[in-house]
Amino acid sequence: MNPASVPHSPLRAAPVPLPEQPLAKWLLIAVAVLFSAVFLLLPLVNVFYQAFSSGWALYWKALSEPDTGSAIRLTLLVAGISVPLNAAFGLAASWAIAKFDFRGKTLLLTLLDLPFSISPVVAGLLFVLLFGAGGLMAPWLEAHHLKIIFAIPGMVLATIFVTFPYVARELIPVMQTQGREQEEAALTLGAGGWRTFWHVTLPSIKWGLFYGIVLCNARAMGEFGAVFVVSGHIAGQTDTLPLRVEKLYYEFDPAAPFAVATLLALLAVATVVLKAFLEWKSRRET
Amino acid sequence: MREASLTRSRAAGVESAAPSNPLPGFRLTLGFTIFYLTIVVLAPIAALALKALRLPWSQLWELATNQRALAAYALSLGASLAAALVNALFGSLLAWVLVRYRFPGRRLLDGLIDFPFALPTAVAGLTLADLFSSHGWLGQFLTPLGIKGAYTRLGVVIALTFVGLPFSVRTLQPVLESLDTGVEEAAACLGASRFRTFASVIAPTLLPAILTGFGLSFARALGEYGSIVFISGNLPKTEIAPTLIVMRLDQYDYTGAIAVALVLMIFSFGLLLTLNMLQGWAAKFQEP
Repeated sequence: MNPASVPHSPLRAAPVPLPEQPLAKWLLIAVAVLFSAVFLLLPLVNVFYQAFSSGWALYWKALSEPDTGSAIRLTLLVAGISVPLNAAFGLAASWAIAKFDFRGKTLLLTLLDLPFSISPVVAGLLFVLLFGAGGLMAPWLEAHHLKIIFAIPGMVLATIFVTFPYVARELIPVMQTQGREQEEAALTLGAGGWRTFWHVTLPSIKWGLFYGIVLCNARAMGEFGAVFVVSGHIAGQTDTLPLRVEKLYYEFDPAAPFAVATLLALLAVATVVLKAFLEWKSRRET
Repeated sequence: MREASLTRSRAAGVESAAPSNPLPGFRLTLGFTIFYLTIVVLAPIAALALKALRLPWSQLWELATNQRALAAYALSLGASLAAALVNALFGSLLAWVLVRYRFPGRRLLDGLIDFPFALPTAVAGLTLADLFSSHGWLGQFLTPLGIKGAYTRLGVVIALTFVGLPFSVRTLQPVLESLDTGVEEAAACLGASRFRTFASVIAPTLLPAILTGFGLSFARALGEYGSIVFISGNLPKTEIAPTLIVMRLDQYDYTGAIAVALVLMIFSFGLLLTLNMLQGWAAKFQEP
């Protein structure tokens, strides 16, 4: 890669720090470590501790309930639809925004960020107003016997809305850094548009793309507010894992919500580990 | 379009020397982007606007400004502000320690910062409510001291702080990494103490990033709902704006839900606008 085309090095080279008072340095480190241990690590450990507090048997019982099984399947289904769609959108949007100059680009970038600044609960409300009973689309949906709100399509739509910008937001800076010389070279050498994309662009953005997909997936599987509003809370039908946790919270077994929560906590651990791995990979290749 | 892109191109002279952009797929990708954006994001927002316009204005105003709604905004804004302040303080400390010092466990600490983002908020609320309840690991020590962190307003602040922390750290970290240590050395050579160097050389450079992180974690906190369900205990005194929207929706009070949602959206859009201006201001400091 031509170093001149990189605006600032993405390498996390440690700046040579000035000697600090050792006391001040270790005091700051101690505060940071203590704060993170109590505030970040302890909540995670607590999930597993509480889940197993009544023994393995009850843990498995909570996980093997049919309603929990259907919540796992629904969570995978919702993420399985919304993440690929948002990834495809992210690829298209970043190609148009990073490789071309056009009027209204700043406006488009601002619109991309809209879902970040809208409360998930409001996002759910938007879809209720559009597709719910008395909503704008209600007469048409009724005429065609379609049900979106309090059903799976509504949950997919709400999830897509909430996780909409993640892949695009990751890819735009990566593609901007790469510039377009390599694609121009490939085209000059006779490659077609798709071939250029597959063999030149995609390999150079693959870690950024994975990274965006991992983040998007974590949000999609863990989304609560937006899905809560449109789900209708039908046990065994429209409960995703986070919604299942909430429902079990109000039931008699105090360990059951934690048992289901361990699945989501493992997803979080996997996300953080993958993120660290992808950052390491992309650093090594640049 | 091509002419416009040439004259508006802000990039180096190399680019304006090129006759045109030969890359394919502009119309296809931009068309798909705008189509998808319209269907997924803009149409639902337009639905809210259309719905709101059809409602009687006086009723909407009454439901947006009655006592219960005002109390919910006050708690939403107050708790989010408190959480964002705590995050600005500890987030800056964490970013500083992670970038400037080398110590055992640094990578682990760096990974931990992402947990509040990766952990579903329902799980965060569940475990935090348990930790701070009177029999929890932290609550059993804090409750006798009069610090009640579960089912209270303090609990709301704790949950909002948790979900917003990564935004503060991750906004400041890259700026700290690219900070030119030469300036610090110069200040030290000219006889400034380490503290004076920090206060008058380092801190002003970091201020835009700290403010941006503050704004991002504030915005995140304003909309948060998943963790609050668990830690607020559904009490009137811990009701935030998103909770009120859900309550009104549960009673099929769509007008009431829309009224609160509109106010919440005005807050968040105002914040987004301020953040954009802040980033424009911060970009001036980043230019070489």
